[in-house]
Amino acid sequence: MAEQSENISRSELWGGNGSPFRISYGKQWMWMFLVSDALTFGGLLTAYGFARHQAPSWPIGEETFNAMPFLGNGYPLLYVALMTFILIVSSVTMVLAVEAGHRLDKKAVVKWLLLTVVGGLFFVGSQGWEWYHFIHGTHYGSILTPEGWAVVDYNTANELILRMGRGLTVTGAEAKALFDGATATMQGANLIENEYAPLVPQYANFFFFITGFHGFHVFSGVVFNFIILINVLRGVYDKRGHYEMVEKVGLYWHFIDLVWVFVFTFFYLL
Amino acid sequence: MERDDLIQDNNYSVSANHDEAHGVVIRKKIWKVTGILTLITVIEVLIGAFIKQYDAAGEDNLLWPYVKVGFLVLTVVKAAYIVLIFMHLGDERKSFKWVILAPYILFIAYLIFICLAESTYWYEVFQGENSINP
Repeated sequence: MAEQSENISRSELWGGNGSPFRISYGKQWMWMFLVSDALTFGGLLTAYGFARHQAPSWPIGEETFNAMPFLGNGYPLLYVALMTFILIVSSVTMVLAVEAGHRLDKKAVVKWLLLTVVGGLFFVGSQGWEWYHFIHGTHYGSILTPEGWAVVDYNTANELILRMGRGLTVTGAEAKALFDGATATMQGANLIENEYAPLVPQYANFFFFITGFHGFHVFSGVVFNFIILINVLRGVYDKRGHYEMVEKVGLYWHFIDLVWVFVFTFFYLL
Repeated sequence: MERDDLIQDNNYSVSANHDEAHGVVIRKKIWKVTGILTLITVIEVLIGAFIKQYDAAGEDNLLWPYVKVGFLVLTVVKAAYIVLIFMHLGDERKSFKWVILAPYILFIAYLIFICLAESTYWYEVFQGENSINP
């Protein structure tokens, strides 16, 4: 940290006998790995942007993701905001674990690392629910009316609402007429078709691939954190005199949070 | 024979340790950044929930392009806080900081440019005025 940035003359710095960056080999190459992983995610998100930019229309985030567990629909972006908050908080507990490690405070490291693992599991579970809901779809699916695809919904008074895209809704007798004239239906989402964007099947593919790839990173991050937690409990790093392994898995964990910040923006907000 | 690179490595790792007084300062910074990140997320969700991409008639909301740029700026601010403070890249040596950041920024800027240029072309082919679609 700050101590490593002390002033050293250039000839001494690059003259061999130590890392010119003044950091350990393991930490340096964790960073290199994260750069390559960030390029993978960057490639995936840019590919998403490529597909979206050339598509005639694209589903609106707050209409597709407006469900809460146990409460039903009508809560735009609320659940994913909660997920994002949980991941940020678990990033905070991780950085607190790293700080405690620098003070060789084993008890505090265990406490914060355990909270990080719990937060990670919470996030993976939430993503599981999100996937379940995305695959099964809304209660009523989409229908092909004479005026194009529409998502079927009912308001609290049990009146029919058709969402025609571009934020347009049709209600009342007009909706009833379109509903009766429907020639095809679609329910939920899979790799071939999805009710959220009947005209752009790639939408669901990108959702599954990008959030799935991120979710797998979260899952493996939880496993790494858990292994390091066991090592902390066994006193491995006390014996070593430093808790740099906590810092290294911490870098990976923050990276997962970092990726989610971008996935959140491109999938849910824009 | 003892490997001097491993001894050096250990020196770097141990030199990252700090005392209780320094810890108080660092923790204060961590909580401050937590507040900033939470605030930005709340602002993003409020904007996302209340400013619509299309108006009641289904026309483009003229504000939306600015909202889009605003989302991107907020995202990059959030990312910068995470990388520089939480991942401590801001505390590493300047040379290391740029070894990590410069190649990434260059490649991604190029990738974004090339993909947007290409998809703009395909948009014209598929949905433009002289599109191949009937």
